[in-house]
Amino acid sequence: MAELERAAETRETAAAQRRKPAVGLQPEGDVDWSQYRGVLVVVEQRGGIAKKVSWQLLGEARRLAAKLQVDVMALVIGHQVRHLAQEAIYHGADKVFLCDSSELRDYRTRPYSRVCLHVIRTYRPEIVLMGATYTGRDLAGAIATHLPTGLTADSTMLDVDENRLLLASRPAFSEKMLATILCKQFKPQMATARAGVYEALPRDETRTGEIIEVPPQMPPAEIAVEVLEFIETKNRVNLEDAEIIVAGGRGLGGPGPFKLLKELADALGGVVGASRAAVDLGWIGHEHQVGQTGTTVRPKLYVAVGISGAVQHVVGMQNSECIVAINKDPNAPIFKIAHYAIVGDLFQIVPALTRAALARRQGQAGSEVAASAGAVPAGAAASSRGGAKAELNV
Amino acid sequence: MLHIAVCIKQVPDSREMRIDPKTNTLIRQGVPAIVNYFDLHGLEEALRIKDRFGARVTVLTMGPPSAEQALKQCISMGADEAVLVTDRAFAGADTLATSYVVAMTIEKIAETWGPVDIVFCGKQTLDGDTGQVGPGVACRLDMEQLTYVEKVEMLDPERREIIVHRHLEDGVERVKAPLPVLITALAELNRPRRASLPGVLRAVRYEPVVWTTNDFPNLDRSKIGLRGSPTIVAKSWVPEPKPVHTVTVEGATPDEVAENLFNRLYETDLPVKLGWGA
Ligand SMILES: Cc1cc2nc3c(=O)[nH]c(=O)nc-3n(C[C@H](O)[C@H](O)[C@H](O)COP(=O)(O)OP(=O)(O)OC[C@H]3O[C@@H](n4cnc5c(N)ncnc54)[C@H](O)[C@@H]3O)c2cc1C
Ligand SMILES: Nc1ncnc2c1ncn2[C@@H]1O[C@H](COP(=O)(O)O)[C@@H](O)[C@H]1O
Repeated sequence: MAELERAAETRETAAAQRRKPAVGLQPEGDVDWSQYRGVLVVVEQRGGIAKKVSWQLLGEARRLAAKLQVDVMALVIGHQVRHLAQEAIYHGADKVFLCDSSELRDYRTRPYSRVCLHVIRTYRPEIVLMGATYTGRDLAGAIATHLPTGLTADSTMLDVDENRLLLASRPAFSEKMLATILCKQFKPQMATARAGVYEALPRDETRTGEIIEVPPQMPPAEIAVEVLEFIETKNRVNLEDAEIIVAGGRGLGGPGPFKLLKELADALGGVVGASRAAVDLGWIGHEHQVGQTGTTVRPKLYVAVGISGAVQHVVGMQNSECIVAINKDPNAPIFKIAHYAIVGDLFQIVPALTRAALARRQGQAGSEVAASAGAVPAGAAASSRGGAKAELNV
Repeated sequence: MLHIAVCIKQVPDSREMRIDPKTNTLIRQGVPAIVNYFDLHGLEEALRIKDRFGARVTVLTMGPPSAEQALKQCISMGADEAVLVTDRAFAGADTLATSYVVAMTIEKIAETWGPVDIVFCGKQTLDGDTGQVGPGVACRLDMEQLTYVEKVEMLDPERREIIVHRHLEDGVERVKAPLPVLITALAELNRPRRASLPGVLRAVRYEPVVWTTNDFPNLDRSKIGLRGSPTIVAKSWVPEPKPVHTVTVEGATPDEVAENLFNRLYETDLPVKLGWGA
């Protein structure tokens, strides 16, 4: 039996030598992992503005690097992004690799991943971190495959142990569990990390560091993908970044009442979310869906209106700082995770909340708000549904 | 004719998943298996391309023999062929090992039925939840990758070009790429169709093509299964649910309820954090 297997393996090795498939990538060059030292953060930016998660990761990298007694490195890729290399130093980097070239203005997987691969292979960090954003996940998946090495997705907790191993913990099974993932046999150890979880260091202009220029690694003519246009969606629900979300479910009974939610969201300065039931019924677009198959959110304030609190919804919002639930069923599961429970009819409660929110705002901001709202008394504005909402959304 | 490969995975239906309160482990028994939510959106888009231009649609999965059911569901929706890659040696694969086997399978699919022009993956799986397999497969097949696609704006089979909309946190990116490409599908892409009656009838009798390690002469055994997986799950645990102290807010009228809620909120530091002022 064992012999048969060995024979089969010899056959396979012979076959593999005949035609090395591209699919099975090998680590390049030496595999003396002890030479890998330091923590590298890949900075994400658009149009010269860095994503907040990049600075958060630099803060976390400093903490890990202190334990490992190594440097923090940052990699900045783009066009006209030299200032970000300096910013990376202010936010905690000791050494910044800067690849600045016009063909790198827009993110594209191949030219960006080649720069990352070049830097990783040349400067050999033991840990590489990126934001678990759309771009970060796209890039990290490509790089980890090429190196090859292990990659932990969406980590929410990072640490290192006495063997210099990265302990990357992440939610598993729809956030029901947490799992700690290790990568023992390969370097660097890679992880994408969720935005808003790690703490950025205060920007410190007295910090100094080294900026190392890195040339692009792909001739522009070979770049086949073309970004035609970036349409910034100012009005789009940006659930990921929202600090306040007012979400509605099947309890709304139709698409119409989402207007009530929009009014409350506007009065509070938030955006509208929804349960899958409401989305599946076609009452509101999928981009509003919170939950396991929608967006995972962690706003400061989450108002759940007419949502029962099914696990698939709850996993996507339970980490909100403050949860207010409005439901007419006192036994609705949503109340188990709510900080403030209002048992009642949403059609009465929500407009009342909007009125109260507008009144509070007007009370504070006084003349300023009144002026921009056309000096309509708060109560009057709110009762003529939709009245002064947009203007008051400061 | 275009040839489209659709990567699917059978995943446990999380609706039915519970944590055993005594052992703090996941109860997997009796949990029904479904086709990963996002993969169905990939399949639907492939079928729409087939409806418009004519195309061969081949679905594939690496998984246990029971994953045949998931493939049959795809056949009932209109896929032409289904491939099940199954072997004990593949078990325990992380995303690196999975992308290796999936890429090998797509190569073999191309050898069997003709070159593949488009590969669809889901944005992520409900169980693995990484979104890493798609980019991994694209890398290994040396294809361009277009991830998080919410719309296929244009496909020109003659000029072999595609324009898609990629969803990003702060907007939408219109991107043009030459075929072959690998696309990862978001739920916004489309609404998956129901199985047709002829589809259901075909699926009943349909036997997926089954490939094992023996069907891949070039397979590097050090790259598959548990052994080929650089990541290790060191431990998993059920996080203590944050004890939530629920305050029930009441009042004689809706306005009083609202007033009471805001009074409560203003007792906390939330208004300050939100910049609502004093
Ligand atoms: C694989 C899978 C993935 C899923 N992913 C998601 C996901 O990402 N997000 C998600 O949300 N769901 C998801 N679901 C669906 C989830 O299981 C629930 O079906 C869904 O969340 C229920 O939505 P709901 O709370 O709006 O509706 P319901 O459960 O019908 O609840 C409606 C609530 O409104 C209350 N109500 C009715 N009228 C009023 C009124 N006048 N005033 C006050 N309260 C009122 C009722 O008491 C009830 O509690 C998923 C399911 C599966 C199987
Ligand atoms: N075992 C598998 N067989 C086929 N395709 C898979 C498999 N695992 C993942 N995929 C594909 O890769 C996508 C992303 O998976 P994941 O990286 O696990 O989140 C899925 O939506 C599938 O399209």
